[in-house]
Amino acid sequence: MSALMAHPLKASRKLDTKQGDPLNGHKGVLLSDGNQLLSMRMALCQALYEEMKRDPTIFVMGEEVAQYNGAYKVTKGLLDEFGAERVIDTPITESGFAGLAVGAAMTGLRPVIEFMSWNFSFPAFDQIISNASKMCYMTGGMFPIPLVMRGPNGAGPRVSSQHSHAVEALYSHFPGLIVVSPSTPYDAKGLMKTALRQNNPVCFLENEMLYNYEQDIPTSEYLIPFGKGDIKREGTDCTIVAISRSVHWALEAADELAKEGISCEVVDPRTIKPLDIELIANSVRKTNRCVVVEECYKTGGIGAEIATQLMELVFDDLDAPVGRVTTTENPMPYAANLEHETLPKPHRIVAAVKKACYR
Amino acid sequence: MISTAQTASGAMAVIDAKAVRAEIGKDRLLKMYRQMLLIRRFEEQASVAYEARKIAGFLHAYIGQEAVQTGFYDHLDPKRDATVTSYRCHALALLCGLDPKELMAELFGKVTGNVRGKGGSMHFFSKEKNMLGGHGIVGGQIPVGTGAAFSAKYKKTGGVSVTYLGDGASPQGTFHESLNMASLWNLPAIYVIENNMYGMGTACTRASSVQDIAAAKAPGYNMASFTFDGLDLYASWKTAQQAIALARSGKPVLIEAKTYRYRGHSVSDAATYRTKEEVDKYKLLDPIERIKADLITEKWLTDAGAEQLYEQVVTQIKEALTFSDESPEPPLSELTRHVYAE
Repeated sequence: MSALMAHPLKASRKLDTKQGDPLNGHKGVLLSDGNQLLSMRMALCQALYEEMKRDPTIFVMGEEVAQYNGAYKVTKGLLDEFGAERVIDTPITESGFAGLAVGAAMTGLRPVIEFMSWNFSFPAFDQIISNASKMCYMTGGMFPIPLVMRGPNGAGPRVSSQHSHAVEALYSHFPGLIVVSPSTPYDAKGLMKTALRQNNPVCFLENEMLYNYEQDIPTSEYLIPFGKGDIKREGTDCTIVAISRSVHWALEAADELAKEGISCEVVDPRTIKPLDIELIANSVRKTNRCVVVEECYKTGGIGAEIATQLMELVFDDLDAPVGRVTTTENPMPYAANLEHETLPKPHRIVAAVKKACYR
Repeated sequence: MISTAQTASGAMAVIDAKAVRAEIGKDRLLKMYRQMLLIRRFEEQASVAYEARKIAGFLHAYIGQEAVQTGFYDHLDPKRDATVTSYRCHALALLCGLDPKELMAELFGKVTGNVRGKGGSMHFFSKEKNMLGGHGIVGGQIPVGTGAAFSAKYKKTGGVSVTYLGDGASPQGTFHESLNMASLWNLPAIYVIENNMYGMGTACTRASSVQDIAAAKAPGYNMASFTFDGLDLYASWKTAQQAIALARSGKPVLIEAKTYRYRGHSVSDAATYRTKEEVDKYKLLDPIERIKADLITEKWLTDAGAEQLYEQVVTQIKEALTFSDESPEPPLSELTRHVYAE
């Protein structure tokens, strides 16, 4: 069963009201059925907390991660729990601490670095690409890089051009990197724990607008493997492949379309690299139609990649060209109406699915 | 012979070559002499193999600069100390004790090479010797070395990291960012700028706002610094001894070796940006020849012994060339292997 079906998202802000503090570190709210209620940020924090307890070589480093408890409070409480040797505030020096993390990973540690947002990974691009992504290969396997790079990705609220990038396609381009982009607290926790137990550099792309999403998830330990997607809603007429925040827009669109008699299957790949193309292809074999939704740009985006792979795998099963709903090809504008039109919002998804269904 | 080392405070520390030589002693000096000979011969023969098209891509020779890393390596313990350098990395790999066979085979692009034929001249590594490369992007290795120092402090090993970079890397942002972090966090990090006067074809005077880079910049990071004659093994060895002691006590150090490369930036560089007279002037100060003369004067080496030593090195490199010639290319199964950890 899908994670979302098993662990539905809570629309209400239960945690806010119950705790008086929605930013509750790693401690979820225990529920009577044995599950716990966690926001996305708490799920991430819990994964870090549990893995740091287990493995003393894990340390967390980044801007404002320690004393400030994280710009988005994902690392809240970790400094108190693990001390300043393992939870380290850095200067604003992304290239420096990304490279430091590569060196630390080469010498027996397991760094977690936070980019306050993935927009700020660009000063560190050379370290991520030239060093982290290529080290294992160019050393003939001698130096794998167990490194987790994490932080919010995609558009924030009204933060305009330089703070609204979605980098899934960008980082997926390079062999050697793992790219993870979860849409739910359940997925985020399980994928983060996997990231902290494997030996490759991981771009863990969170989404600022999802940090408050809440979900009942198990208190018992679980891990989610890379390369295993998840069906977030079953349907028969059109497959919508959606990533991260777009999953929620796709679910909204699917609700709308259901009213018009169009049944959509929403597939969340969860990891972009490796990509669970088999899950997507199997869905398309059933629905014969596909629309890909993402916050990246259309040119060279994830949709372009998925459409091509579907053409290679299920060409004969497709009854319509694969549709793409992406961020429009412009830097993010500040004005509210323009920002709305730039993002792959539900009304654009609805239109794309109707087009794919010739409706 | 007198050489000078300069501290950040501006005080000139005089290095008494005779005293340092006595402190080093016969065995260690002979060892370092042999290491420098091996580096020189390896690169001379690699250049010949390049001309014969057995080696391709880039080939950046360290010839002329041997005294710098040789003097430093003598103080390092690879079990806890890490080293990292730029693409001019043949010397460091040889100093780590890696077999010239696997290094030459790497240049030849063979599967028996240091990194299975996947790196070439710019990417020599050793896990066992804590040698972290071999890096092709100017300044890209500086934060990596900083990370090794971070690890040593985190794991409380007592180790240090030594990061080598050229004068051409000091204007990069990674240099500034690394020094700031190392000083802020008291990392056991040593940064050695090997100032060979040219970043590719651009003279340091045209690229750097200051010419005594370490002395001028270290105070800005609240760091100690040393500047020494990089053509002088004794100055290198003595500076390294002091700097490593400081770093082991948790004080990062910035060092500048004033050195010179006899060859161009890489094998394809005719070096028309400098005069023959300038190159000849530095060749008269050849670090290897000077140590040989001292060894003979001290009667630690005879002329016949020197000849024998040289022949040993020649044979060792000849064997490396034969090994590389005879080694197989990587099988095609290697193409996608090691993209991810196994």
